[in-house]
Amino acid sequence: MAITVRIPTPLRRITGGAARIDSQGATVREALNHLVGLHPELGERVYDENGDLRRFINLFVSGEDLRFLNGLDTPITDGAELSIVPAVAGGAI
Amino acid sequence: MAQSYAQLLNKVKQQVREISPRDAMDVVSGSGEYALIDVREPDEYQQGAIATAIHIPRGYLELRIENTVPDHSTPIVLYCAGGVRSALAAATLQDLGYTDVLSLRGGFTEWKNAGLPFAVPKTLSDSQRNRYSRHLLIPEVGEAGQLRLLESKVLLIGAGGLGSPAALYLAAAGVGTLGIVDADVVDESNLQRQILHNATRVGQPKTSSARQTIESLNSDITVIEHNERLVADNVLDIIGPYDVIVDGADNFPTRYLLNDASILTKKPVVHGSIFRFEGQVTVFQPYVGPCYRCIFPEPPPPELAPSCAEAGVLGVLPGIVGSLQASEALKLLLGIGEGLVGRLLLFDALECSFRELRLRRNPECPACGDNATLQEVTDLEYACALPA
Repeated sequence: MAITVRIPTPLRRITGGAARIDSQGATVREALNHLVGLHPELGERVYDENGDLRRFINLFVSGEDLRFLNGLDTPITDGAELSIVPAVAGGAI
Repeated sequence: MAQSYAQLLNKVKQQVREISPRDAMDVVSGSGEYALIDVREPDEYQQGAIATAIHIPRGYLELRIENTVPDHSTPIVLYCAGGVRSALAAATLQDLGYTDVLSLRGGFTEWKNAGLPFAVPKTLSDSQRNRYSRHLLIPEVGEAGQLRLLESKVLLIGAGGLGSPAALYLAAAGVGTLGIVDADVVDESNLQRQILHNATRVGQPKTSSARQTIESLNSDITVIEHNERLVADNVLDIIGPYDVIVDGADNFPTRYLLNDASILTKKPVVHGSIFRFEGQVTVFQPYVGPCYRCIFPEPPPPELAPSCAEAGVLGVLPGIVGSLQASEALKLLLGIGEGLVGRLLLFDALECSFRELRLRRNPECPACGDNATLQEVTDLEYACALPA
C-alpha cells in the first residue's frame, strides 16, 4: 500500500524539511518502519526503547487515533494519510 | 367600515379574556408551561418588569411571536402598563391562531399595586446596543446572548502570541470579565506577534499592558490581572471564578497543571499551541470530551521538545490560532454551534491548509478516565533543554 505520511514541523529537521513523505506497507508499523529506513533519526523520536510508540507522539490514520484502532498493527489502505502529531507546548513564548 | 377607537376597544375587550394580577401570579408561579410577554416599549420595560417576562414591544409582536412561542396552544399572558395595549395585542395573537391568550387586567400598574414581585431587567444601554449591533443582528447572539457575554468571565493563560488576539476579540465582543495570567514583562522581541503590547510598554508587566489595551478598546470590560505564574498553589483559586479558560501557555508544566485543575473544577479549556508555521486548536471539556492527558499522557522529554530549544513562530500564526480560540470561547459562552470538543484542528500556514483529527476520551486516562486517580494538582518538574 502506498501512503502519505504527514511530518509535523518539529520533526522536519530530520526529514530535510519535507512535510509529506511517501511510504508503503500493509500496516502502520510497516509504513513507519519504511519511513525510519529513509530517515533513521526518526526512529528514536517515534519509538521508545521497547519499540512501542512514545507516549507523547500520536499517530492518526485518516483522521482517527491509532490507539482506538489496532495500534501499530492497524492495516492501511492505499492512499491513506498517516499523521504524526507531537505535543507542542508553544504559545506565548 | 371605519370605527372609532372606543368602538374598537370595546369590541376587543369582548373578544379577549382578561386575567387578574393574582390569577396571573398563580400562572407565573405554577408548574405549567406558559409564555408571559411584556408588550411595552423598551424604556418602560427597562424600569421594571415581571421577572419571567419575555419582552416583545407590541410593534414587533406579529414579527417575533412565532419564533418565541411556536406552539399556538401554549397559554400566553400579555401585559402592558394599563391593560389596553395588551388587550389589543391579545386580539392580534388570536387572529394569528393562538388559542389560549390572556391579557393582564390593569397591566403592570395593577400588578405592582397588588404588591406582586417585579425586577429591574438587565438590558443593554443605548451605547451598548450600538457597539454590539452586529451581534444583535445575529439570531444566535441577540440581546440575550450579548447580555450573557457581558456577564461572562474568561481567563486567558498568557498575554502573549495566542492570548493577544484572543483577548482583543473577546474584549471587543463584550465578554464582561477577562482575567489574564502572565508573570512576564513586555520585551521588544514580543512585538513581532503579541499585538496587545506596543513599543512604549517594553519593560512593563504584560498583564498591565494588556489591561491598558483592553480598557482603551472597550470600557465595558473588567480586566483582572494575575501577574504571577500558574502553579499548584494558586491554580484552583485563580481559575475558580471563570466560565471558560483560554490556554495560550508556552510550556508543558502549565499545560498539564491547567488540565488537571480544569478536570477537578470541570471547566472547559480552549487549547491552542503553535510552532513555526503550524498550529493546533481543540476544546477540552471535562468528561464530555477528552482531556490533554487523554491525548498526551506525558510531556516529551525536554531534549525532544521543540518549544524551548527551537522556539520560533511566524508572527501572524498566533493571530490565526488565537482568533480560533476566541471563536470557540464565544461559542461555549453562548452555547451555540459545534465546538472543537473531541476534534483537533491543525493549521499549516505554509500550505494554508486545515486538517481535522478525531480525539477520543481515553478510558485509561489518569486524569479523567474510568479509574482516574487525580485528586489534587501538582507542579510538573520540567527543565528546558538549552538551545544547542
